[in-house]
Amino acid sequence: MSLNSYLIVGARPYGEDEQDIRIINGCIAEIGVGLDPENLEVVQAKGRVCLPSFVDLHAHLREPGREDAETISSGSRAATLGGFSAVFAMANTAPVADTAGVVEQVWRIGRQTGLVDVFPVGAVSIGLHGQALAELGAMAASAAGVTVFSDDGYCVFDPLLMRRALEYVKTFDGVIAQHAQDPRLTQGAQMNEGELSGILGLTGWPAVAEEAIIARDVLLALHVDSRLHICHVSTAGSVAIIRWAKEMGVRVTAEVTPHHLLLTEDLVSGFDPVYKVNPPLRSRADTIALREALLDGTIDIVATDHAPHPHEAKDCEWDNAAFGMLGLETALGVVVSAMRDVPNWNWRTLSDRMSSAPARIGRATNHGRPLAVGESAHIVLIDPDQGSLVVAEQLASLSGNTPYAGMTLPVSVTDVFFNGVHQVKGGVLNA
Amino acid sequence: MKHLISVQELSREDTVGILDTAIELNRVTDGGTKILPTLRGRTVVNLFYEDSTRTRISFERAAKRLSADVVTFSANGSSVSKGESLKDTALTLNAMGADMIVLRHPSPGAAHRLAHAGWLESSVLNAGDGKHEHPTQALGDAFTLRAHLRPGANDFAGLTIGIVGDVLHSRVARSNIFLLGILGAKVIVIGPPTLLPVGIENWPCEVSYSLDAHLPELDAIMMLRVQQERMNGTFFPSELEYSRTFGLNRKRAKELPEHAIVMHPGPMNRGVEITAEVADSGRSVITEQVVNGLIVRMASMYLLIGGDASVA
Amino acid sequence: MSEPFSGASASSSRTSSRMVADSEDISRALRRLAHQVVENVKDVSHLVIMGIPTRGVPIAERLAKNIGDIEKISIPVGSLDVTLFRDDLQMRPTKALEQTRLPAEGIDGKTVILVDDVLFSGRTIRAALDAINEYGRPAVVQLAVLVDRGHRELPIRADYVGKNLPTSLSEKVSVQISEIDSVDQVVIQSTIEQL
Ligand SMILES: [Zn+2]
Ligand SMILES: [Zn+2]
Repeated sequence: MSLNSYLIVGARPYGEDEQDIRIINGCIAEIGVGLDPENLEVVQAKGRVCLPSFVDLHAHLREPGREDAETISSGSRAATLGGFSAVFAMANTAPVADTAGVVEQVWRIGRQTGLVDVFPVGAVSIGLHGQALAELGAMAASAAGVTVFSDDGYCVFDPLLMRRALEYVKTFDGVIAQHAQDPRLTQGAQMNEGELSGILGLTGWPAVAEEAIIARDVLLALHVDSRLHICHVSTAGSVAIIRWAKEMGVRVTAEVTPHHLLLTEDLVSGFDPVYKVNPPLRSRADTIALREALLDGTIDIVATDHAPHPHEAKDCEWDNAAFGMLGLETALGVVVSAMRDVPNWNWRTLSDRMSSAPARIGRATNHGRPLAVGESAHIVLIDPDQGSLVVAEQLASLSGNTPYAGMTLPVSVTDVFFNGVHQVKGGVLNA
Repeated sequence: MKHLISVQELSREDTVGILDTAIELNRVTDGGTKILPTLRGRTVVNLFYEDSTRTRISFERAAKRLSADVVTFSANGSSVSKGESLKDTALTLNAMGADMIVLRHPSPGAAHRLAHAGWLESSVLNAGDGKHEHPTQALGDAFTLRAHLRPGANDFAGLTIGIVGDVLHSRVARSNIFLLGILGAKVIVIGPPTLLPVGIENWPCEVSYSLDAHLPELDAIMMLRVQQERMNGTFFPSELEYSRTFGLNRKRAKELPEHAIVMHPGPMNRGVEITAEVADSGRSVITEQVVNGLIVRMASMYLLIGGDASVA
Repeated sequence: MSEPFSGASASSSRTSSRMVADSEDISRALRRLAHQVVENVKDVSHLVIMGIPTRGVPIAERLAKNIGDIEKISIPVGSLDVTLFRDDLQMRPTKALEQTRLPAEGIDGKTVILVDDVLFSGRTIRAALDAINEYGRPAVVQLAVLVDRGHRELPIRADYVGKNLPTSLSEKVSVQISEIDSVDQVVIQSTIEQL
């Protein structure tokens, strides 16, 4: 009997007809109906939806620097429980991931943990200060093989620096992931600017602060013919600009977070900082535009922007609370929750937006591959009828700042195979 | 009612109840000068994270007039230690057995958090939370308006009240606009667009950029304070241009109806939003507002902790 | 002060009421009290009647009218809400304040008769004495009540009693006055626990 070899019986690839899947030595060896288990361990998966594991292009794993909030290890556990096989770890750590040394360290710890592939994102500018380019080439050439660069947490505001970064990463097919937030228009900003921000007296965060940067950057990307990725698109206006840019042939991709698909700004009225996030929760009309854009491909992918914070960073008054919410373990359920009533949405589209498209943007060549013979067995099984109650204290993340606590999400991840290793069984991580 | 956080949580009935209580308290204490035994044995903590001597003294006096034990923690003194979180302070005050916390805090929603985050059991009275609300100021202003324009009435139907100036940064304006809406008054908000919040057109008020256009229809005019730090040229070009366009001077005051009253929550910038002449004129009720603020604070304290809220 | 009758009771208990005084009984009692006051006070020209809200106020007005009819003068009447002076506030739900109205003549140097519907623990009267003390310095303060039901917790007694009504602590005495309740009567309500 060979290592990491199983027969998955009765699963529904992409939610379609039932098939059996034979995994031998970590790879998909055969797909068909009524396969003979021979001497393989059988995994009963009748009725389960079977997808390639997910890829998260945007997560904050907090290591190095804030290991009280999350570590690469705890973040990896959260990711695999959420059905992910690859996670891109943002650069705003302490120290900042702006050198080959830091990105290699992150990459190595990810490898040692071994539950998902951790791909470090490199900083665009030294120290995220937005003034001088970080050693982009060195990070790309390092063992970590960085392809995605971002100052996420901060906007690359200087248009000249942005232009240079876009140009520079062309040498190694890199992409600049922009956190689109005009810092002047968002000074002291706390929530979406609109009627509610006025009533609550919280400083408004206008949609235009995001849209103006996206408009500028798609024009820059067009001008220098480079790859641009827009992080956490949150407004209907941003969607319109990206749609226009794609029509113009700009090589731009975009992501939306699960929370911006589902949650709206009215949650802020109780002043509970668990709903404080950057960019802020927007209006109902924005969520509808984001859902349509995710369906039609204007927005290419879902990315979690998983942002763990220690308890005290949220157990305080709104102004003083940190921005961000957990996302890895709840991503699938939240996306299904937000998208299930959108006509023409199906498991194949979900799989593209959460797996193959993000892998393609991040050049994670071994992830986001189709369920086909010869591919690595990065497989997630989903019970489409079994809801899962979110309990903050039971999450694998070291932090508990989930806005979904107490909610029952409509589906649950039951099993995860990573390189054929059956590491999540019945929703539980094997120790 | 256990907490008083926002006027938006009040019904018209609640509001009139507070104003009626204030009328009785005003009468039996001769305008807040006599001491009543009502809250003897109860502890009221004034927790002030912002320097506001006027407001702090008003709340201290209100609590003392009702014989409560009053403890003041002020961020400017040493009693609110630097770096201690609101939550930790709350846990301490809860352990002290404070019956009421009067909170002044720069963060919008701080009073709401203090009341509802599960940190303590005390009643919470919002004495101003950032740009959000300052409910007792609005209640005091409603008391003043009622005394002058609608004695004994249960609503303000038919009254038109102008609120002029920096609504964007003003908790007083927010509380007043919503409370006057609850009481059925027509409110006209007047100011430069830079000092009006986005979405105000959906609030229960009219919005105008011209003060002169509305003076003859106002039964009362509330002038808001222009903060020094707004005058640096980013919200409006200059102090002079502001007072020329939105300041209340003698000439403008003459355009008001005979019976109209002039209000200002204080402290005033004489010569900017209001001239000294108008502020000190016979139609100015600015000093009354101070006394009435004290009275409604007494009324609010009585209604929040005068009885056993759990029995109600 | 009488407790308001508190609506429907739980299914495990049953409330029974019995009337112990009707309209004519109340009128007669108030006429008798008026004569006692006149006899006792001698110089009614300095008399002020202060009713304790809610039902003490109309009773005070009737008593003052009866005295005025006997003496052919108008007796000043006021109302005195004692809520703010109670020492048992924290044991009851917060109560809206009732009116306090002193007669124009004030109460300094006057003979003040406090009027309440029911005398029970005596705490209302203690609070009333504190309140009176806050508003002026009467020469004499006396107390008239329509019903004295006993169970005093303080050394307080009434100078004029319309009706002594021995009760058990489980009973409620409800004085109803037509100005407020549209009927004049005194009712005892008792709650019978059912096993
Ligand atoms: Zn970001
Ligand atoms: Zn992020």
